[in-house]
Amino acid sequence: MSYEPKIVGFLCNWCSYTGADLAGTSRIQYPANVRIIRVMCSARIDPTFVMDALAQGADGVLICGCHPGDCHYSEGNYKAMRRFPLLKNLLKSYGIEDDRVRQAWVSASEGQRFADIVGDMTERVRALGPSRVHSTLLADQRER
Amino acid sequence: MTEKKKLQIALYWGAACGGCDVAVLDTNEFILDIAAAADIRLWPIAVDGKYKDVEALEDGELDLTLFDGAVRNSENEHIAKLLRRKSKVMVAFGSCAHMGGIPGLANLTTREEILTTAYLTNASIEPGNRTVPCTETQVDGLKLTIPSFYKRAYRLSDIVDVDYFVPGCPPAPDQVKNVVLAVVKGALPPRKSVIGASERAVCDDCKRTKQEKKTKHFLRPYEIIQDPERCLMEQGILCLGSATRSGCGVRCPDSNQGCRGCYGPAPGVADQGAKFLSALASIIDSKDPAEIEGILSRLPDFVGYAYRFGLPASKLQRSHRS
Repeated sequence: MSYEPKIVGFLCNWCSYTGADLAGTSRIQYPANVRIIRVMCSARIDPTFVMDALAQGADGVLICGCHPGDCHYSEGNYKAMRRFPLLKNLLKSYGIEDDRVRQAWVSASEGQRFADIVGDMTERVRALGPSRVHSTLLADQRER
Repeated sequence: MTEKKKLQIALYWGAACGGCDVAVLDTNEFILDIAAAADIRLWPIAVDGKYKDVEALEDGELDLTLFDGAVRNSENEHIAKLLRRKSKVMVAFGSCAHMGGIPGLANLTTREEILTTAYLTNASIEPGNRTVPCTETQVDGLKLTIPSFYKRAYRLSDIVDVDYFVPGCPPAPDQVKNVVLAVVKGALPPRKSVIGASERAVCDDCKRTKQEKKTKHFLRPYEIIQDPERCLMEQGILCLGSATRSGCGVRCPDSNQGCRGCYGPAPGVADQGAKFLSALASIIDSKDPAEIEGILSRLPDFVGYAYRFGLPASKLQRSHRS
């Protein structure tokens, strides 16, 4: 069976989820590798969610929110913006490859942009191959 | 002649520094009450008592085991399983048993790198030394064995079923007292609880004044004359208080040091370091990605700070570098 990356996408309700919806209603084709989870704001995406997704077997995690300045809650996406470089720093310390986690801003009118981002990310994660995190954690319980 | 049966207890150290054992002694004269009310069947740091004595016990004969230290080698695991079988109540005592502790930071590297550094390449190693411990060695036709060193550190609960968790590096002496008294009185909370701590975050108990948090600089404590009344995070000094369980008496922030997080995740927090990341990054006073990167570059070892006492308890547990 060929490897298909599993990507968890956390999308803010107001811009990015609507953008993904637009990609659908416009019948824009994009890879089915992304599993979308709708959250109210990109600031709601606790770094714990990203790490939990990776620990449970996601090969990649995509975080999308409104463009800077456009947040429905005015400042939420700035909080997400500030957290992201530190999250990447932390994941690097854990040995997680850079391309596995990505943050992008997608507005409600950017269906094509969303499809392009998912397409690009799927290929990057595919090139990295399956994430070893989940299998390593399971193996640690069997052999010490 | 109905003499009340004495409490049967054991204390053990896995991959530990001994600080938790000292914390038990730090209960001062209360330790004499423990000695009077209990038979200490095993306590390698302070009392004579051999593994074979423990092996000879009936299953469940011990009322209480306080296990401190992480599980890093086969001896730690063997004794953890043995004491689990012999004990009615198994307590993960202190940060290392609770969350992996300082030895857990070694999960960011590999067994091979640790052995190479410790036995071959360290500056203090005698030049030309090639001696690295092996689990089995042949000497004069005899096989000598030592415990095998595991590829990573584990929490006690990764290895055996743990009844209660007592956090702290080390647990505060008053809390040690409370735990022992709770066992004596049979007044224990539901199994799997964190005991000897509180249900609040350190910030809730911290006396410093908290206002709006915004900062453009993260500072090391020596880089600033700090205001002793004001929240450390507002002054740019890292403090894990927001993500950490209280019960320690807020000793570090009260001594002008940021909280190090030894009491583990605050109630409701699944991953202490991730939660701290969230809080810390949110207070950066900038909307410019390049400036944000610059401010964050002042944190040279974020993983080591965020998970100082709990890397094996984090979602990702260890390095996944290939």
